[in-house]
Amino acid sequence: MLEHLWLIPLLPLLGAASNGIFVSRWPRSAVNAIALGSTGLSFLATLEVAREFANLSADQIPWLRSYFTWIEAGSFRADFALQVDQLTLIMLLVVTGVGWLIHLYSIGYMPDDTGYRRFFAYLNLFMFFMLTLVLAANYLVLFVGWEGVGLCSYLLIGFWFLKKTATDAGNKAFWVNRIGDFGFLLGLFLLFRQFGTLDFAPIFRNSAALPVETSGHGVLTAIALLLLAGATGKSAQLPLYVWLPDAMEGPTPVSALIHAATMVAAGVYMVARSHVLFTHAPVAMFAVAVIGCATALFAATIALVQTDIKRTLAYSTISQLGYMFIACGVGAFGAGIFHLMTHAFFKALLFLGAGSVMHATGGEQDMRLMGGLRKSVPWTYATMFIATLAISGTPGFSGFFSKEEILLAAGTGPYANSVIYVLGVITAGLTALYMFRLLFLTFHGVPRFDQKKTHVHESPRIILAPLAVLALLSVVGGWWAAPHLVGGLNYFDNFLKLVFLASETSSSTDSYSGNSQLIATVFGPPMVAAFIGFLLAWLLYIRRPETPKRLAESLSAPYRLLAGKYFVDELYALLIVRPLVWISANFLWRAVDEESIDGLVNGVAREAGEIGDRLRHLNSGNMRTYAAWVILGAVVLTTLLVWTVR
Amino acid sequence: MPPSYLLTSVTFLPLAGTTALFMLRADDHEWIRRIALAISLFEFALSLQLLRGFALTSANYQFVEFRNWIPSPPIHYHLGIDGISLFLVLLTTFLTPIAILVSWKSIEQRVRAFFISLLVLETGTIGVFVSLDLFQFFLFWEVMLIPMYFLIGIWGHERRIYAAIKFILYTMLGSILMLVAMIWLYELSGSFDLPQIQSLLVSGQVALSFQTELLLFAAFFLAFAIKVPLFPLHTWLPDAHTEAPTAGSVILAGVLLKMGTYGMLRFCLPLFPEAAHRFAPYVAVLAIIGIIYGALVAMVQTDLKRLVAYSSVSHLGFVVLGLFAFDPTAVQGALYQMLNHGISTGALFVLVGMLYDRRHTHLIREFGGLASPMPMIASLFLFVSLASAGLPMLNGFVGEFLILAGTFARNVSWASSAAVGIILSAVYLLWAYQRVFFGDLIYEKNRTLADADRRECVVLLAMAVLILWMGIGSVSFTRRTEASARNVFVLMQRPQAYNARAILRSIEPLRSGGVR
Repeated sequence: MLEHLWLIPLLPLLGAASNGIFVSRWPRSAVNAIALGSTGLSFLATLEVAREFANLSADQIPWLRSYFTWIEAGSFRADFALQVDQLTLIMLLVVTGVGWLIHLYSIGYMPDDTGYRRFFAYLNLFMFFMLTLVLAANYLVLFVGWEGVGLCSYLLIGFWFLKKTATDAGNKAFWVNRIGDFGFLLGLFLLFRQFGTLDFAPIFRNSAALPVETSGHGVLTAIALLLLAGATGKSAQLPLYVWLPDAMEGPTPVSALIHAATMVAAGVYMVARSHVLFTHAPVAMFAVAVIGCATALFAATIALVQTDIKRTLAYSTISQLGYMFIACGVGAFGAGIFHLMTHAFFKALLFLGAGSVMHATGGEQDMRLMGGLRKSVPWTYATMFIATLAISGTPGFSGFFSKEEILLAAGTGPYANSVIYVLGVITAGLTALYMFRLLFLTFHGVPRFDQKKTHVHESPRIILAPLAVLALLSVVGGWWAAPHLVGGLNYFDNFLKLVFLASETSSSTDSYSGNSQLIATVFGPPMVAAFIGFLLAWLLYIRRPETPKRLAESLSAPYRLLAGKYFVDELYALLIVRPLVWISANFLWRAVDEESIDGLVNGVAREAGEIGDRLRHLNSGNMRTYAAWVILGAVVLTTLLVWTVR
Repeated sequence: MPPSYLLTSVTFLPLAGTTALFMLRADDHEWIRRIALAISLFEFALSLQLLRGFALTSANYQFVEFRNWIPSPPIHYHLGIDGISLFLVLLTTFLTPIAILVSWKSIEQRVRAFFISLLVLETGTIGVFVSLDLFQFFLFWEVMLIPMYFLIGIWGHERRIYAAIKFILYTMLGSILMLVAMIWLYELSGSFDLPQIQSLLVSGQVALSFQTELLLFAAFFLAFAIKVPLFPLHTWLPDAHTEAPTAGSVILAGVLLKMGTYGMLRFCLPLFPEAAHRFAPYVAVLAIIGIIYGALVAMVQTDLKRLVAYSSVSHLGFVVLGLFAFDPTAVQGALYQMLNHGISTGALFVLVGMLYDRRHTHLIREFGGLASPMPMIASLFLFVSLASAGLPMLNGFVGEFLILAGTFARNVSWASSAAVGIILSAVYLLWAYQRVFFGDLIYEKNRTLADADRRECVVLLAMAVLILWMGIGSVSFTRRTEASARNVFVLMQRPQAYNARAILRSIEPLRSGGVR
């Protein structure tokens, strides 16, 4: 299978092509078979790759296959080349595994209308681009996947294209990402100028030999910061996160797959992939950590007051992606990827669970109109409860290990920063608070909807099955990475360490094994914070459910700031969007183009016409006038002649 | 190589074909269309023969034909193509059948004259790309104006007369300057023959003073810059494009604009390298202004066709920037972008034309929600828009990437400012797309609009396949243009420079571009 790596992305592409183009009148079952079959085969192929990968010797990794020359001109050359190493393998498993589960879920979830085929075509197309992204062996092929997943995100956010809010959100996603891509592209140009290639292997080899740019000046710092700009767009970090909450306009499986589990993590993947560049640019590392930390905290505070279940989860995603950025920024790339994986499990589960709730309540997304659902949708409740425990960092659950590992590195690693650590711990508390708030508002308390009108029913098995699998993964998904000091094997870290060897910053938890005092110091605070968060949620939403309203009233200014999402969208509109449109329409188009340039041109034409009109009168037919002109002309010519010959 | 008449045949076949149309009755519309299509398809097939005999690694002119024509002044009938002109000829022969097909139903008045004009235009356009004699070049350059003038002036929309006159006056202004420069160049070199003048200059047998070079460059450049068009000489273009019938817009955007950038690459750079270097910063700045300005003005257009027209100003800015970055990678990108723009903007005009055929308006606010009644057109419109916005794996990306990567190696600030255009192109295209195709149907009359019929599907799919192919298999194109693109920098070398800097600067691109 390693010899036919190309099959992994190509299978979903074929699925997309046959569902999107060729099969126009096949029944729904055929559409399902194509969509599920292509993704499923891709997953099986990945498993086979993983099996063969285990037998490779160290010098065969990364396993690289070049298929054809894509671009070759002047001094530039880029092949369509794919590679597999440990990092890619984990991403492949997450993408195909979670991707397949969400395909399965979608069959039960999506309404059977004319868009059904289109939906699965887009979803398969997304799989193609996402797999290309993680398999890429150079930055240009990575960029293919990068832009491709952006396109699919645009198409799927605006899937219900009759809704203006949906297509607006799609445009916003595409445009904001383009701003990030602008930086990313410049980063690629700089890489090409510096290294003469965009292939991973030579770039990383050569940059590893360069000195670390501690002063903050230098080409690697510039490259890393430009790549970071791209990552903030794709992974919805400050200041480019604004598109992700709006992206919730898309169908819920899309939110789970693209806007939680896979695509939005691409920025984290890209930074981890480029770890050599980043570790040689401490300033860029610091920028990654600061952006991640600020985003994690910022988004978590907004999530506290959201009333839409999906938007709460969207801000939670932004916040969790912030954790992954913190991980990369403090040199714990392995921990970042670990959190990426566990997050893929529990956040996909949360979104799918939210979808199941919406399915049960006839499309309701407002948590103020839910409540008391746990009895009518027990399976959905149980799985979402597990996911909430996982994301809050309950010991033993997957999120616990990954989050602790990140905060450990932030607190004690080579790039440790106490401010970032403290803010990370506070965010852990906020995470538990907003997640249990979501859980309590939705499933506990008394129903706040009209029970006569809304007949709540549990979702069918095809929806529940993926929830169950993801719930299992949310629990056990962290075990194989459990560090030694809690008696785990730490298999994950050791596996990935080979990729990040060049950076030599892997903040393995191994060094702490046996030191129980340290365990308490480093593991304690996040757990305490999470527990406080849980207690607060319980107090506010179960014990005394009338308090939140009173709080909102007494703290009305901060509340409005949070509910208004810090008014960032409004700020961008005021400072950037509206001025740009106004200037383009009134100044550039009307004033410059039409009045100045064209006015000048037409003015010259008019003048020429008038002069011609006046000159016409010279042809008066009067012999004496002509004679006068002839003489005048002769005089002028003679003068000129004499003057020049002189 | 045995003497071949392939280029002569390719050039004059459409003109010869018009006699067949003249023999038909003027009101026999069906057969006029069919014959015109047959001629253009046969022409396309014939032009593909050029690919077969084309030597990849040679930078020399190929399929050369050389005959004495006028003894004094020595004017020859001299044809030949290299990697620079090869695909421009093919682009012309590809777009002409497209232009004929999109006019199938929309042209109902003076049908025979219309198709004759299109075919004459094809001969004129190909003639420009294959002429190696300055006088002959000029002749074709002017000949091609006449059918274009008629296409806009007779079959155009409401303000067609204004647009046609504006178009012709602008171009004529440039032509006159170019004619003067050609005659001056003849006075200095004693030849109208481009390869001969070139070798005289490269070998140093003829040396131009710096002043002379500047003036000659300026005259040629202005003629070409109007044609491109470069900001601020662009205002003829929105009018001409908007008022022209669909076929006219397709050919105008697809091929005629490329004559400007082709001329810059064929004449301005290799003949007047020192002046080109001197002017390059100003040209680059104008190109960058064009990229951003064109995109911003496109963004706020209310007329869909005008929006596409302004997007051309933006896209061609990339091409000019690539040429004046003096980098082999960027020049390759510029060449590729010329083709890309021809296909994807051509396709956008085709699509806008299809909307016009159905609704007789170009105003964006008259549409909305069209994705429901016409899914096929909607999908392809999006596909072409994405190509135009530079999505990887589609054609536009390759060109823009090469231009910017090459330019970046020369001048970081040029490339960085130009790259803003990549953000903006997504903005104006997707915004327009949303307003035309998404949302509810605002107008009842839009509900019953027909999707693409078989003829329209053929046109669109042919273009879509090419867009995809050029996006993935770019090497099959660039390996044919590589030698000639590099050769430009060889031709820019001079044995004795007018000052030491000149020689340094003109070989610099090769040195740092070749081995890195």
